[in-house]
This record gives sequence, C-alpha cells and structure tokens, in this order.
Amino acid sequence: MNDPAIPAVQFSEVSRHFGDVRAVDGVSVEILDGEFFTMLGPSGSGKTTCLRLIAGFERPTAGRILLHGKEVTNLPPYERDVNTVFQDYALFPHMTVGDNIAYALMIKKVPKTVRARRVEEMLELVRLSGLAGRRPAQLSGGQRQRVALARALINQPRVLLLDEPLGALDLKLRQQMQIELKAIQQRVGITFIYVTHDQEEALTMSDRMAVFNLGKIEQIGSPSQIYEHPATPFVAGFVGVSNLINGPAAEAITGSPATFSIRPEKIHIIARGAGVPEGMHAVKGQIRDVIYLGLYTRYLVEIEGGLDLVVVEQNLKTTSADLLTARGKPVCLYWNREHVRRVMEA
Amino acid sequence: MSILDTKPVSVSKSSSYPALAPSSSQRVSTYIYQRPWLIMILLLGLPLFWMIVIYLGSLATLLLNSFYYLDSFTGLIVRQFTLRTYANLMTRANLDIVLRTAGMASAVTLSTAMLAFPLAYYMARYASKRIKGFLYLAVLLPLWSSYLVRVYAWKLILAKEGILSWFILQTHLDWLLNALLSAPGIGGPSLSVSAIGIYIVFVYVWLPYMILPIEAALERVPKSLLEASGDLGARPGQTFRRIVLPLAFPGVVAGSIFTFSLTLGDFIVPSALGNSSFFIGQAVLSHQGTSGNLPLAAAFTVVPMAIMVLYLIGAKKLGAFDAL
Repeated sequence: MNDPAIPAVQFSEVSRHFGDVRAVDGVSVEILDGEFFTMLGPSGSGKTTCLRLIAGFERPTAGRILLHGKEVTNLPPYERDVNTVFQDYALFPHMTVGDNIAYALMIKKVPKTVRARRVEEMLELVRLSGLAGRRPAQLSGGQRQRVALARALINQPRVLLLDEPLGALDLKLRQQMQIELKAIQQRVGITFIYVTHDQEEALTMSDRMAVFNLGKIEQIGSPSQIYEHPATPFVAGFVGVSNLINGPAAEAITGSPATFSIRPEKIHIIARGAGVPEGMHAVKGQIRDVIYLGLYTRYLVEIEGGLDLVVVEQNLKTTSADLLTARGKPVCLYWNREHVRRVMEA
Repeated sequence: MSILDTKPVSVSKSSSYPALAPSSSQRVSTYIYQRPWLIMILLLGLPLFWMIVIYLGSLATLLLNSFYYLDSFTGLIVRQFTLRTYANLMTRANLDIVLRTAGMASAVTLSTAMLAFPLAYYMARYASKRIKGFLYLAVLLPLWSSYLVRVYAWKLILAKEGILSWFILQTHLDWLLNALLSAPGIGGPSLSVSAIGIYIVFVYVWLPYMILPIEAALERVPKSLLEASGDLGARPGQTFRRIVLPLAFPGVVAGSIFTFSLTLGDFIVPSALGNSSFFIGQAVLSHQGTSGNLPLAAAFTVVPMAIMVLYLIGAKKLGAFDAL
C-alpha cells in the first residue's frame, strides 16, 4: 500500500518565527509511516507549533515540509491528508455528536446513508454507540475527547495529529485513554503524532519520541533510549528525574570531573558501614528529607561534596513508621557503573 | 525536589490577635449573609418594582385602551370593551402605514446586517488590539452625541444644496440620483424629503446596535473551531457558511431586534425627512395628540409589539437561539 521507505512527515530545516520569538528553530525530523511519534517538551518549546505546521495552520518562515514525499509547505489545511484532535476538542457546539463526526464526509458530499453508517462505525470504535443525537455540551470531558477522535479519524487520514488531547482529563481517565489511544492506533494502523508535556505519557505510548527545548529538538529516539541514554542535561532533567553530578563530587566518585547523570531508582541506599558490593560507585551521605509516597519512598540525600541526590526505594520492607526516624541518618549510596550516563554540557 | 528543599517556617506564638467584639456593620453583614432570600430581595426589589409597576403597568393600560373606542360624534372616549378600534386600524390608509413601516424596518435591518457583519468580523478576527480599540471608539462615538442633532445633520447632508448632491453632481452621477428620486413610492423632490433619505439615516443611526452584538457573538467563536473545520476539509467559504454564520446568528438576531424595533417605533426620522406618508410612530403621535384618539394610538402601538413577538417566534424556529 504505502512505501514504508517514504517517511509520513519530513521536516527539513523548518523554522517558524513570531516576530523575535523563534518558536521553531531549524528543525529537521523524519516521522516514519505508521509509527506513534511523540513530541515532548515544556510549554513554549515549539512542539505545538511543529504540529500546527504539519496541519497547515501555520506556515514556516523557512524550510520545507513533506507529507508522504509530497511537498505541502504552502498548502492550506483543507488540502492536506492529515487530521487533528485539538487540545480543547473544538467540537462544533451547534451540531449533534453525529453531525460533528460526519462533518468531513458532509463536506466531501458523501451520501447520507453512507455517512450514517460510517458515523456508527466510528462511534463503535471510540465506544460511544448510541450518543449520536447528543449535543457536545451534554457530554463529559472524556466523551468529548472520544468524539473529537472519531471526527478526526472518519476521513481515514494517513496521519493523525493530537495536540495534548488528554490534558484536560483527570489522572484515572487519562491513563485509561492512553491505553485506548494506543490500541486504536494499532487498529487503524496510521501514523499518530502526539504532542504532550507529560513525560510519563510520552514514555508509555510512543514508538519514538522527540524532546523539544527552545524551538529545537534535543534528542530523538525510542522511549528507552531517551530515558536510559539522555543526550543532554536538558533531556536528563526533563524526562524523569535525574541526578546530575559534576565537579569535585563527580571526581571523588568516578575519578573524572565530567558531568554524569544517575536515575534515582538505580541508586541503592544502605546504612553507613554496611558492605558495598565490589565494582560499584559509592558515596557517603546524610538523609536530609524523606517523603513517603505509598508505593515507594523518596529520599533526599546530601552527599559529600555538598550535592543533593534524589533516591527512590520501593517500600518492600519499610513502613511509614520506620521513616519517621530516617531524617538525619548517615547513609551510604551505591550504584552500578553501567547506569551512569555521561551528558554533554550545554 | 522543590518539596524537599522547603524548610519548615517557624510561626511565632504571639501572632494571634485578641478577638474583637463584632461591630454593628459586621452584624448587619452576618445577618444578611445568613439569609439568602434577603440578598435576592435587595438585588431584585427595585428593578422588579420598576418592571412590574411602571413598565408592565403602562403596557397593560395601553393594551386596555386599544379595546375602547372614540365616539366620533361627541369626541369622547367610550370605556367599553370593543374591537371597533381594531376594525378602524384595518382600513386601507392605516394598513398602508403599517406596511410602509414594516417594509422600512425590514430594509433597514437587512442593510445594517450586511454592513455590520464584515466590520464585526474584522474586529473580532483580524484587528490588532489597537485597531480594535479604535474601531470600538469609532462605532460608539456617534452615540455620545444627541440623536436629534445627528438626524438634522443628515438632513443638511442630504439636502438639494447639500454636500452629497454636490458630490454626485461633480462625479456626473446626477442622472442616477434623479432616476432614484423619480421612482414611485421611494422617491421625492430631494434626498432630504424621500423614503430613500429616511432609509439612509435609519441605517446610519442604528448601525452601532447591529455591529456590537454581532462582534460579541463572533468573539465567542473559538479560533480552533475554524481550524477544525479547515482541518476536516472545508474551504474558507464552507467554514463560513457551516460554522461562522450559524454561531454568529444569535448576534445577528440580537442586533436585528434592536434595528427592527427601533425603526418600527421611530417618529423623528420620518418627520424630519419624510413627506405626508406617515410611519407608525407618527400615526401614534398624531392620534394621541392632535386628534385625541387615544384608543387608535394604542392600537397602533400594539402593531409593532405584535410584529416583534412574531419575529422572535420565527427567529426561535430558525434556531437562532440554539447556539446560546
């Protein structure tokens, strides 16, 4: 059907400036056909502008955009084979759910009977059967989200753009929708480009992801690559929690002053004096603070050299009562050398 | 990290103040706070009194009067329930007045809507903050001067020796003006004494009342709806017809209620710029004044009210208020 060698979306040196603000600054990226690609970054990092450039709501100041090998840089949204799920859902308030979903087909002048059948299929796909007659205002946030998804999918686009679609939902619903979205993507088999600032969401759902900062892409890779091998201090800090160790403290541990990162869950915390296994990085410290989080406990440990490290430990044996006395205790931290990542200084 | 970094803030023991006895204003506040119905009465009492007694009261008196009749022999009003006055209203001359006024109101409403929409659309969608402020001022500024002054200013502009006629003469379009003025029904000796002149001035004076509600309605349409429509394949024209227009329609209806009812009831513009062909407002004025026929004046007043009620029912049927 589609030639998998041709990327679904191709950015070459794309920039979008708003006056002096470089919202997107020389971004080049290839998004493969059929993958779940996430653009992750803090607000103002240019991820949403990139999505709007693909949809055609914005035109680049410089650079070229190709969709399935075809140049679309200056095409209006209605001539691009992509559809969007908006952050605020953007459902038409004066139309029923059914008419909202059928909108793209009505514009294409698809016969009414076919339209009705396709709407039924879509409602079934997003598990909203029987709600075609409702108005958007009569739906809950999660239901509106599904209607927006059905409306964007009915045209069978080759690329679906999702702009923080779960941002307005509560945690439980968000986690449920994450799983459902992923399942729907696998069922319809099209490219999903997903914008979010939630690193956990990005890690759970993506085949590949790009981390944005200040209009540029800092790193592109699979979730495990990004998490295990952050390429820059920004990625290390933004995706998950990372302890960055530099200067004399780094030299005392590894023998080199180069900055490195270590994830909190990779650090073992033991009482001072207990034996550290062979071949580990180890450092002495003192517990400054303890936060009990049910599933696990988070410690803030001040190590020799004056840096604070975050350490998390699963509550396998400890109870909240044990933790009351933990503050101020001298401890020893150690971790496997292989879990240390060197990061480039920006 | 930030949670862990916070050090506990010590609160000094002396920071609590001794309790003071509640002052009288505090006691009043508490008394009202504990009685929600009292708040409602305080808020609604005066306006409700005004609406019910003064406004609805005079409307009821008016309605009642329209069912009395004037005894043409004695010249006295007979306070007896009858439909005689309404029968009188249905005569050819009076119906002409009603039709003339309703026709003018419709033409004025249509024209203001067509003039107002593009401007309102520009204000709501494209204008920068500064230009929008300027346009708001430009729309509202005329309302700060007396309506009478503006009407008589227009009489001068439209007069035979006025600036408009001069301009038309300079551009050699006087043949067009003369053709318009010689048209039966809407013409007259000059623009300042013709139905066309009345129409121009009505459109001018009521235009702000159409622009503002349409602008407000368009302002409430999120930009993402237009983007979503384009995203789903609609060209700008289709987006306008399917999304913008239906969502702005309540604003157009709100504006048209103003322009339509204001035109229906106005007597100053037609008396300043018209000829002997009366409008409803003039008929009411002359019947309750010079001829002392209060019942017929009242019956005439019922006509615009009836037209507005029908108009609103029609607007509701068209779905004008669905998007509210």
